[in-house]
Amino acid sequence: MDLAAPLLDYTVRTVTLGTAAVGAVGGVLGAFAVLRRQGLLGDAVSHAALPGVALAFLLTGSKDLPVLAAGAAIAGWAGSLVVLRVVRSPRVKEDAGLGIVLSTFFGLGLVLLTFIQRSGDAAQAGLDRFLFGQAATLLESDVRTVTGVGAVAIVLVLLLWKEFKLVSFDPGFAAGIGLPVRALDTGLTLLTVAAVVIGLQSVGVVLMSAVLVAPAAAARQWTDRLGPMVWISAGFGAASGAAGALLSSTVDRLPTGPAVVLCATAIAAASLAFAPRRGLAWAAVAAWQRRRRIHSEAVLIDMLALESGHATMHHADENAHSAEVLRLGRAGVDPRRTLALLAARGLVRAVGGGFALTDAGRDEAARLRGGDGGAR
Amino acid sequence: MKDADGSLALHVEDLTVAYGERPALWDVDLDVPAGVLMAVLGPNGAGKTTLMKAVLGLVRPVAGRVLVHGRPYAEQRRIVGYVPQRGSVDWDFPTTVLDVVTMGRYASLGWFRSPGAAERKAATDALDEVGMAPFASRHISQLSGGQQQRVFLARALAQDASLYLMDEPFQGVDATTERAIVRVLRDLRSRGRTVVVVHHDLQTVREYFDRVALLNVRRVADGPVSEAFTEENLRAAYGGRTAFVPRDATGPETGDLAASPVRE
Amino acid sequence: MTLTGGQVEVLAIATLTAVACAVTGTFLVLRRVAMLSDAISHAVLLGIVVAFLAVRDLGSPLLLVGAAATGLLTVLLVEALVRTGRVRQDASIGLVFPALFSIGVILVSRFAGDVHLDTDAVLLGELAFAPLDRLVVAGTDLGPRAMWEMAAILLADVAFVLLFYKELKLTTFDAGLAAAFGFAPAAMHYGLMALVSVTAVGAFDAVGSVLVVALMVAPPAAAWMIANSLPAMIGLSAAFGAVAAVTGHAAARELDASIAGSMAAAAGLVFAAAFLVSPSHGVLAAIARRRRQRWAFAEATLAVHLLQHQDRPEAAEECRADRVHRHLEWDAAFTGQVVRRAVRRGMVARTGPCLGLTAAGRSLAREYMGL
Repeated sequence: MDLAAPLLDYTVRTVTLGTAAVGAVGGVLGAFAVLRRQGLLGDAVSHAALPGVALAFLLTGSKDLPVLAAGAAIAGWAGSLVVLRVVRSPRVKEDAGLGIVLSTFFGLGLVLLTFIQRSGDAAQAGLDRFLFGQAATLLESDVRTVTGVGAVAIVLVLLLWKEFKLVSFDPGFAAGIGLPVRALDTGLTLLTVAAVVIGLQSVGVVLMSAVLVAPAAAARQWTDRLGPMVWISAGFGAASGAAGALLSSTVDRLPTGPAVVLCATAIAAASLAFAPRRGLAWAAVAAWQRRRRIHSEAVLIDMLALESGHATMHHADENAHSAEVLRLGRAGVDPRRTLALLAARGLVRAVGGGFALTDAGRDEAARLRGGDGGAR
Repeated sequence: MKDADGSLALHVEDLTVAYGERPALWDVDLDVPAGVLMAVLGPNGAGKTTLMKAVLGLVRPVAGRVLVHGRPYAEQRRIVGYVPQRGSVDWDFPTTVLDVVTMGRYASLGWFRSPGAAERKAATDALDEVGMAPFASRHISQLSGGQQQRVFLARALAQDASLYLMDEPFQGVDATTERAIVRVLRDLRSRGRTVVVVHHDLQTVREYFDRVALLNVRRVADGPVSEAFTEENLRAAYGGRTAFVPRDATGPETGDLAASPVRE
Repeated sequence: MTLTGGQVEVLAIATLTAVACAVTGTFLVLRRVAMLSDAISHAVLLGIVVAFLAVRDLGSPLLLVGAAATGLLTVLLVEALVRTGRVRQDASIGLVFPALFSIGVILVSRFAGDVHLDTDAVLLGELAFAPLDRLVVAGTDLGPRAMWEMAAILLADVAFVLLFYKELKLTTFDAGLAAAFGFAPAAMHYGLMALVSVTAVGAFDAVGSVLVVALMVAPPAAAWMIANSLPAMIGLSAAFGAVAAVTGHAAARELDASIAGSMAAAAGLVFAAAFLVSPSHGVLAAIARRRRQRWAFAEATLAVHLLQHQDRPEAAEECRADRVHRHLEWDAAFTGQVVRRAVRRGMVARTGPCLGLTAAGRSLAREYMGL
């Protein structure tokens, strides 16, 4: 399937652009959220936005994105304030505060939504799209709203870059030099709310949090600097948004939210596995190599020890040890593979039914043992 | 009047701080002359960190006030450098050593401006002073505990403050770092700066510091080490929680500072 | 208003669900992993769908097993991610469950959309339709199947908590000590997670994935605002769950809206009420306490100040009645009130221009200073 072909379609292009913008903004703010260990705050905010959407519709009767998004932003913002307030009580921990806000606000939202549906309002159709997202419903004007709000958010991040960096890294020091830490925290949270709200129509409230978390978690694997991390995260977010929107507009019955989330998760999984230096695959390879080296060193030393235990050094055969004997020395580790590898390196040779050190092997073993009793 | 005396680097007057119902500092008075190295000593929960935070305006006192060089802290922020405890930040944060030190220049940069060559130069010089210049481009997670402490110290140096507050800079550091910190402290003093250090190790007090303040929720004593750092005052501050080994129970003057205060 | 038989059954299922969630949720909240309920309740969708696609029977017990296994798998995945040291816990949760849930949603909308597993049911549950599915044994109608299912799950929850009460308590409070006693904190942890998963699956059918979180977190959190012992917290939590179910059900009938959503909102209100009016830890109690303490504390501050400075050279300045407010950085009017109160209570006496402590005041100051 040629993914680029649908881009010739004007509507698809619009929708793709809008969702990519959502991903990019989510990536930027998500990077800060993840670094501040607030990866789940986005989850609470996005779920909390639902009653705002429903109330905005109930009050205005309008289905225009700016109206509904404003309602969503107010409710999401209120949700984040409630989280911050309740966790100040020593009896409410952060996890509980987040869980309560996201689920009960969402419950309220569903009550309002079903109320709207069953009261038979003709205009009710279409609010459902805020649950799982339907990028295809994005109009050109919606995309302008999304990109406009997103651009403002990113410009603010750029302007307050060093302040946001400092409150994220070391709030104590930031307060010490007189930065208004609380206001900056609030600012970052507000921007996160904005990032969530612009994604409601295309990605949906249920899964929007993943657009914040996955690109950021992926980007962290590629760099040790904040700047690159934020922009890589934005790139990953944009790519996931675009790919998810394209997939969902070309494949039948594929909701946009899940498609975007799976793209972002795939990027995160690939980054966790293969990013240079931090990639788990490289770590596994390195661990395996280390284990192999330790095994071969141990076998060499064992063989040297056994050899020097024998009185008759000049009978080569008597210095040949079967793999079984060596296994006794290292409980549980089968040395046969190791012996084969050592033989390939010319450090041991097969003698009769067993193996013996070569001269090079004896030197190497002595060197490993710390030079005592070696040939040199 | 002593309140307005600018020759005192730090003047703390009748300071009371409470967390909920629990008082952390009770009516503490403290004067720190300019150009000295002062240790703040006291058992756990004595309010040492609270004192730092109150001076920095990070906690609101119930009563009392703090003057830095004769004026309220809010007006003097620029000239106060702060070295928080090392454990207070996330050392996996994506940032480099030089970047962290450059943060020391943020206050003088003001809003919206980003650090440039001058700030990086100041940060590099500060790193050099603590012997960490070769680590400038390292990621902060690749440092040992002592090196992290020196980075924090360098950040404070980059602030170019006249009064420094340091919260347990010697906590759990290696000998190299301890020497480096002491060197920096003396260097600061020789340049007329004032340093107030929350300290734990009673054995090094005489060697490192000019003045001490002994705290246990209220001020027990303060003054030059030779006058205030007496066994009687220590006993008053630490109560039974110091592992002193008096050689002669009846002769307090022969008491021996055998060990550091017991920590939980 | 009277309830029809079907409504009574719905209410019974709702209450059983809420109580089962509240009991297991208590331990999640105490262990500070409440958000795992979010992860588990979302992830079970994938298990249900996969098991359904395999057996093509929504009534099969395999669905329960498959779904519970997915819940446990989620927890394992999150923990494995955290162990790599590359991603922290919040981000790990935020990474794992949306992915599993997304797969579930896509499978539902592509392959299972025509059965009554649809995306609406995923979020709303189908409590209202639960009485349609009857449990019939040997020709006798025993009531809705969901009711028996939830009752069995609740029984399992209660049995687990009773059987392992002291182990659960100790591993929750102090995992290190529990391990030293040979209580296998890991076994308790995964046992609990399995229980949460099973409960979440049962509740998922009734109230949908997000609202499970409300029932698992809000009642225990409300109970914690009030209770000071574990049994009290479990009991209160179960009671709050039941209250949320009953009021939520009634409100939903009034509004003709989603029962599940209404229950979740009611659970939120129960928490809000506990948060505000709990006699021990509530916001209002704290405000009242602070008010009372303010005067007592100010008096003590004054007494300590006088004690520190009287009989010393600076006393003439520090203890002067008309200057003491400057030293304490207090408002002059406030200081006046505090001094008058202290004089009235016999803690402080005026001697000329200065304030001095009485014997009672002296012992008050000493007491506050811990001397």
